[in-house]
Amino acid sequence: MMTAPIIELEQISKKYDDQFAVDHLSLTIQKGEIFGLLGPNGAGKSTTILMMLGLSEPTSGLVRVCHMNSTTHPLDVKKRVGYLPDDLGFYEQMTGYENLLFTASLNSIPRRIAEERAADLLTKVGLTESANKKAGKYSRGMRQRLGLADVLMKDPEVIILDEPTLGIDPEGVRELLQLIKRLNKEDGITVLLSSHQLHQVQQICDRVGIFVKGKLLAEGDVQSLATQLFSENNYVINVKADPIENSLLEELKQLNGVHHIYAQNNSMEIHGSRDVTDQIAETVIENQASLLHLQKKDYGLDEIYHRYFEGGEEHATSH
Amino acid sequence: MRQAIKNPFKSISLLRREAVHEKTDQMYAFRAMVRKEFTDYITSWRIIILLVLILLTCVGSLYTAITTIQDAIDQNENASQIAKDSFLFLKLFTISDGTLPSFITFVSFLGPLLGVALGFDAINSERNKGTLSRLMSQPIPRDYVLNAKFTAALLLNTVLFFSLGLLVMSLGILILGIPPTGEEFLRIFCFLVLCIAYIAFWLNLGILFSVRFKQPATSALAAIAIWLFFNLFYNMIVQLLAKTILNPANITSTADAVSKQGLVLNLMRLSPNYLFTESTNTLLSPTVRTLGPLTVEQSAGAIAGPLPLSQSLILIWPQLTGLIASTFICFAISYLLFMRQEIRSK
Repeated sequence: MMTAPIIELEQISKKYDDQFAVDHLSLTIQKGEIFGLLGPNGAGKSTTILMMLGLSEPTSGLVRVCHMNSTTHPLDVKKRVGYLPDDLGFYEQMTGYENLLFTASLNSIPRRIAEERAADLLTKVGLTESANKKAGKYSRGMRQRLGLADVLMKDPEVIILDEPTLGIDPEGVRELLQLIKRLNKEDGITVLLSSHQLHQVQQICDRVGIFVKGKLLAEGDVQSLATQLFSENNYVINVKADPIENSLLEELKQLNGVHHIYAQNNSMEIHGSRDVTDQIAETVIENQASLLHLQKKDYGLDEIYHRYFEGGEEHATSH
Repeated sequence: MRQAIKNPFKSISLLRREAVHEKTDQMYAFRAMVRKEFTDYITSWRIIILLVLILLTCVGSLYTAITTIQDAIDQNENASQIAKDSFLFLKLFTISDGTLPSFITFVSFLGPLLGVALGFDAINSERNKGTLSRLMSQPIPRDYVLNAKFTAALLLNTVLFFSLGLLVMSLGILILGIPPTGEEFLRIFCFLVLCIAYIAFWLNLGILFSVRFKQPATSALAAIAIWLFFNLFYNMIVQLLAKTILNPANITSTADAVSKQGLVLNLMRLSPNYLFTESTNTLLSPTVRTLGPLTVEQSAGAIAGPLPLSQSLILIWPQLTGLIASTFICFAISYLLFMRQEIRSK
C-alpha cells in the first residue's frame, strides 16, 4: 500500500528579501489522494505550488513530484502534472476548442488525437455547446471548467488547482467539485488543491493541510484535525435560556467537565471536555428559567481554521 | 468513454518512450507557438492598420518616384542606356518630387513604429491575461515564449518587406519599362535585408520593454519615446555639441579637423536611425563613395563613378554589424530578465 509518495516536499523554504514566504515546509501526498492546502491569502500556497512545478526555485529544500526533482527537471514534471492557476486566462480570440488544441500542440500531442481528446473533455466538463464560442465570451464558471479541460489535455498523473472555486457561484462550485471528485475516483488522478474556502474543500478532500505564514500548522483528515486541536475543549454547546442569572451561571460552572462559559444576554456558549448537554438542560430547568435552545456544535473546518489562524497569529507575535 | 480517451494517449506515450523524440517534440511545440503568434499578428487590428498605412505610403511614394523618373526619361532619347548607367531603377526607392517623401524615408519612419507595435505587448499582455502562467505550466522551455514571439514577428517583417520590395520592383518594370540589372536587384535585396535588421532592432526593444514593464501602455510609450528621441532630438543634441567641437577657433591642424569631424560622426552613429540612413544611402545610391570625412588630397585622382556592390557592402559593414549587435543586446537583456522573472499570477 505504501508506495513512494507522488508529491514530496522536504524542508523547502522560499525567502523573499528577508521574509520567509514558505518556511521549512515538509509535506507528502500519496497517489490517488485529494489533498487540500488551506490557508488565508498570502500564506504561501501559490509559492509552494510554483515550486512544485519548478516555476520558482526554493531557497532551500527538495521538491519531488512524480519521483522527479521539480527544480532540476521542470519539463519532465510539467509533462505529468497539470496546473490550473488561480487567475487563469485563455487566448480570447480563439475558441475554447482551439485553446485546447493549442495546449495539446505544446504537449506535442498529434493533431488527430488532440481533436478527439478535446471533444471528449469538452463533453466531460459540459462545454460542448460553447466549444466553438470565443473564449473571451466565456463566463467565469465556464472558464474554470475549460481550464480543467485544458489541464486534462495532457492526461496528467497529478493536477494542481490553485483556488479553483474562486469567484464561481455556489452551483458552479458544486459542479466543479463533483467533477474533480469524479476525475479522482474514475481516473485515479491525484489532486492537490489550494483554497481559502473551507466548506467547499471539506466536501471532497481526503486530507487537508492548514497553512499559515509559510508553515504547515496541521495536516490530516478533517475529523482528526478536530480532535487534535480541540483535545481540551472538545465540546461546545450553545444554550439559549431566559433569564440567565448569575446563580445559574455559577451552577453550570460547577458541572463536571465544563471549562468556560461565555454568556451574553440570554445566550451562552459552554466549552467543556465532556458532553454535558443533559446536565445543562436539567440545571437550566431547575433554576426556573425557560430553555429556548440547546445545541451541541459540530466542529467544521471553519472552527478548525479559525482556531489555527488565531494560533498562527499568536505564534507569529510571540517570536 | 474514458477508455476512448485513455487509449490513444497510451499509445503515444508508448511511442514517445520507444524513441526519444524529445527534440522533435519540442520543435513541434515551438512551431505551434510561432504559428499561433503569426496568426495573432495578422489578425490583429493594430497590425492590419499599420500594414495598410505602410502599403498606402508605399504606393504614394512609388507614384511620385515614377512620375519624376518618367519625366526625366521622356527628355532623353537613349533613355534605357542612361537608365542602366545611372542605376535609375534604384531611384524608385530614393527619389521624390517633393510632394511625398521617398520610399526609404517612409521605411525609416514607419519601420520602427511597426517593430515597436509588434513587440511592445509581447510578454506583458500574456501576463496580464493570465495566459503566461498557463503557457509556463506546459512542458516547454521558458525561452520558447520569447523566441517564438521574436521569430513570428521577424517572419511577418520578412514577408512584408520582401513583398513590398518585389511589388515596387514589378510596378517599376511595368510602368517604366526598364528592367533592373542584376546588380540593382542585388542592391535592392540587400536593402530589404537591412530594413528587416533595422526593424528587428525596434522589435527587440519593444520586447525588452514588454518584459520589463507590466503595463503594455508603459512599454509602448517607453519604446515610442526612444524612437522619437533618436528620430528628432538626437540630431539636435549632436548638432549642438558639434558647434563647440567644430568651433574653428579650436581647430589647429587638418588632422585635428578630420579627427573632430570623425568624432561628431561617431556620435551620430550611436543612433540606430543614423546607421540605417547611412547604410540605405550607400546601398541605393552607388555614387556614395565614403561615409566619413574626406580631405582634398584623399579624393584627388579618384575617378567619379559608382562603386560596385561589394565595395558598397564593405562600406556599410560596420553599420550593419552595429545594428545587428544592438538587436542582439536588446534580445539578450530581455532574455536575461525574462528567465529570471518569477511567473506568478498578477
